[in-house]
Amino acid sequence: MTATGDTGDTQRALSAAMLEDRLDEMLDAVLSIRRSTATAAAALAGLARADQDYACHWIEVIAKTNPELAYHFASHVTAAITRMRREDSDAWIIEAMDTYDKLGLYPAVAVLADAESFAAVRDGQARTATLEASAPMLELFLQGLSGRKLKLAPSERLYTDTTTLFLPARLAVLPTRDANRMLYKIMATHLWAQGWFGTFRGDPRALRAEWERYAEPERAAQLFCALETIRLDACLERELPGLYRELRTLRTEVPAAWKEACAPLAKKGASVDDTHQAVAALYGGALPVAPVYQGIIDVDAVVQAMGERIQQERAALQNALAKLAGGQSHTPPPDARFTVSEEPGPQGEVQLMLDGQLLAAPPDVQNLLQSIFQDLGGIPDEYLVAAGDGGYAPDNEKRAEDVWKGTYHEDGAFLYNEWDHRREHYRKDWCVLRELDVHPVHDAFVRETLRKYAGLSARLRKTFEALRGENAVQRRRKNGDDIDFDALVDALADLKSGRELGDRLFLRSRRIARNIAVMLMVDMSGSTKGWINDAERESLVLLSEALEILGDRYAIYGFSGTTRKRCELYRVKEFAEPYTDLVRARISGIRPQDYTRMGVAIRHLCKRLDQVDARTKLLITLSDGKPDDYDGYRGEYGIEDTRQALLEAKRSGIHAFCITIDHDARAYLPHMYGPANYVLIDDVRKLPLKISDIYRHLTS
Amino acid sequence: MKSRALQPESFLITREPYYEAQGEEISLFEKAYRNLIPVLLKGPTGCGKTRFMEHMAWRLQRPLITVSCHDDLTASDLVGRYLITADQTVWMDGPLAQAVRCGGICYLDEIVEARKDTTVVIHPLADDRRLLPIEKTGEVLAAPAEFGLAISYNPGYQSVLKDLKQSTRQRFVALEFHYPSPDLEQKIVDHESGVGAERAAKLVRFAAMTRNLKGSGLEEGASTRLLVHAAKLMVSGVSAPYACQSAIAQALTDDPEMIAAINELSRSLF
Ligand SMILES: Nc1ncnc2c1ncn2[C@@H]1O[C@H](COP(=O)(O)OP(=O)(O)OP(=O)(O)O)[C@@H](O)[C@H]1O
Ligand SMILES: [Mg+2]
Repeated sequence: MTATGDTGDTQRALSAAMLEDRLDEMLDAVLSIRRSTATAAAALAGLARADQDYACHWIEVIAKTNPELAYHFASHVTAAITRMRREDSDAWIIEAMDTYDKLGLYPAVAVLADAESFAAVRDGQARTATLEASAPMLELFLQGLSGRKLKLAPSERLYTDTTTLFLPARLAVLPTRDANRMLYKIMATHLWAQGWFGTFRGDPRALRAEWERYAEPERAAQLFCALETIRLDACLERELPGLYRELRTLRTEVPAAWKEACAPLAKKGASVDDTHQAVAALYGGALPVAPVYQGIIDVDAVVQAMGERIQQERAALQNALAKLAGGQSHTPPPDARFTVSEEPGPQGEVQLMLDGQLLAAPPDVQNLLQSIFQDLGGIPDEYLVAAGDGGYAPDNEKRAEDVWKGTYHEDGAFLYNEWDHRREHYRKDWCVLRELDVHPVHDAFVRETLRKYAGLSARLRKTFEALRGENAVQRRRKNGDDIDFDALVDALADLKSGRELGDRLFLRSRRIARNIAVMLMVDMSGSTKGWINDAERESLVLLSEALEILGDRYAIYGFSGTTRKRCELYRVKEFAEPYTDLVRARISGIRPQDYTRMGVAIRHLCKRLDQVDARTKLLITLSDGKPDDYDGYRGEYGIEDTRQALLEAKRSGIHAFCITIDHDARAYLPHMYGPANYVLIDDVRKLPLKISDIYRHLTS
Repeated sequence: MKSRALQPESFLITREPYYEAQGEEISLFEKAYRNLIPVLLKGPTGCGKTRFMEHMAWRLQRPLITVSCHDDLTASDLVGRYLITADQTVWMDGPLAQAVRCGGICYLDEIVEARKDTTVVIHPLADDRRLLPIEKTGEVLAAPAEFGLAISYNPGYQSVLKDLKQSTRQRFVALEFHYPSPDLEQKIVDHESGVGAERAAKLVRFAAMTRNLKGSGLEEGASTRLLVHAAKLMVSGVSAPYACQSAIAQALTDDPEMIAAINELSRSLF
């Protein structure tokens, strides 16, 4: 029907008559004297050729399923594609076909007839921003603002407990998606500002106490929120003027009657007390409309979260101070006196002093001080008293010795020393360790993991292949691919000065033989149950695939146990063992067991590594935090023994690297892993994505 | 056989290189130099190590000879080699031998990048023997009192394949560098670029934000050098957010989410 030879013709719109012919042909089965395609064709004639083709294509497709449905489609399609973007009309058609498949003709016809409301929903979706999509960027943004990590969580109410910011799961208030993304940023920054500019400083319960002085505390609270928003807006204008420019477009008019009482709130140095005063001045009047980014204040949530954090940070600070003052021994001299300077530092930061002298605090201590200051508005004296965590009580040795006898000579057991930091010496043959096999589980886990991370696998394959194929040019070879001019010049020079002509005159390019053996030590303690265990197993699958490409030798062991007499290492793969289905089944079979006695596991696996002949030896531990065992192996004792075991590893030429899965960057990590490098993964789901990159980074 | 003369004056720094001291490093370096002890400069990239060396060389009025180490650097690249001219061979001192002969200061930048067998040639020079044996010519150069040796090293590296050997590092007095304190850094950025105190202060604040992200996806925060780059672009008329984006965000990472976050941070400040 259409002239295919002439492109000019295919561009030109079809006339109503031509369209009617075509529609009649496709819809013949459902037409009658009273039912023609003339109206539909006339409407279609007004469209551009591309749209006409699009409509005809779909009429044809739908007619094959059901000509009646296609007839209805033909009569609505013009209006629909004029109203919607192509991707939306595609979705509308699919929706109608789906409805037909599931519910039959009439509901499907209804979908077609109501293209308008379908389009309206799609418009809403098009401008909707979701928290899920915005959160990764926002979390980094917030951490950049002040260093304290904040979590984001979806909630109907907009508020913060100072640890987590609660934001709507989706936002479609503003006309475009970009605008709604910006709104997320402004909401989050505003909640961050409550913490940073001292809305809750000191005792957050004081807020409620203030409100309760009024006849209607609820009203006072609402007024407070409105006025505090004005104060924080002014803070943001000063500190983040770029962001404020965006925020300003969303501000609501401050009522004329408020202007005077609000003036002090905009001044530099205004505090929450000024807001309370403004509340007193304005209580009783009507409330203006709140700007969209204004949240609410949940005093109870703040009290709870702040209480937990303050306790934790106080202990961490006192610990850190003990180390600062006491150096290696961790026992501070009794007269060491920490204070903070009256004047803040050049960036408004808290400045630590020891015996009246300014002290450059390491970044982790500085962050703690800052965080405590943010919560309390100062550093109370009792926080500045250096103290250990006292979590260690030496166990009853006599009884332990008794039980010891039974296991001492047992077959297949290895004995290891353990470091007692209090006495500064090793407890001899203190731990009994056995190697066991992981029970293999033949299921779909490995296959599914590979499918789940198919994209990632492909990318990893590429990068790792590139690593393997790295070419190195070897100079001064007896034979090779090219002449080494430097060597030749040297040789000629030698010859001229009466020496012999050397024969190492060639360049040879060769693949660098990677000579690396890596031991993977995986936490199988009870606390890894759930997410962490899954992530560990997925990571092992992905890393094994990568290591197979690289050709690095590797072994995998899980560690756990209960008490020093039952330390267990679970073999998943030994160095000499190929990566077989059995190994894959063992990875799948890794299950959480008991406790985390890290030192002895490190010592044993280092011994295994020692037996391998490789130029670079690497021990990678994967754990979920603090070492912990039933019989006193916790707190400082466990940390110090782990640290000691890592030091031993380093001395024997093994590079240790620790990957820790934890939400919080705990203060003890830098100390414990001091002799090793480490990385903190705060979201366990990211581990499989990151582990191969970490490995690549480590060994290239 | 004749050796080519070196003009050490050409390495003399005649104008004072601008350097803001972070602490006692100037006097410590001077004291180490007077006591014939070599110096190891530790610190993140772009925090002023090279500038410090230029400044010290000027202060001590010694020529400065800098070698940027790379993994293809051989011992002869440092010590020297024979060259052929029309019909004779000529010995050509390498930078290290040059520095020893003229009593200059030799600065080996990024020493960990050099191969381990190259690094050991400095060993006899870096302990109290202060000798540089030149194998090819059979000469043993004794370093004069004016000769100074400094190496730099960035401990931020996590690759286990790149670590400084104990036998190397234990020959040096170590000076640790950090990014300058905020007010100092603001002064530096302003001085180097002429961007003005206000915008320099914002850049420094921005740098602090990126440094907050170190370890959470960024290997390193923005260095003073990057701030100077951004400031210079701004002085040439590039808008502040765009200058931050191209001179800083893109230089720090390729991760799109991280770049987006860093861009939001700079946009919120300017
Ligand atoms: N204390 C300082 N005084 C003056 N300028 C400084 C100072 N610190 C940094 N700078 C500026 O930062 C720039 C980068 O410093 P420099 O090149 O010395 O870094 P670096 O530590 O040698 O880095 P890399 O390790 O990457 O070589 C200098 O060109 C200078 O503009
Ligand atoms: Mg440099």
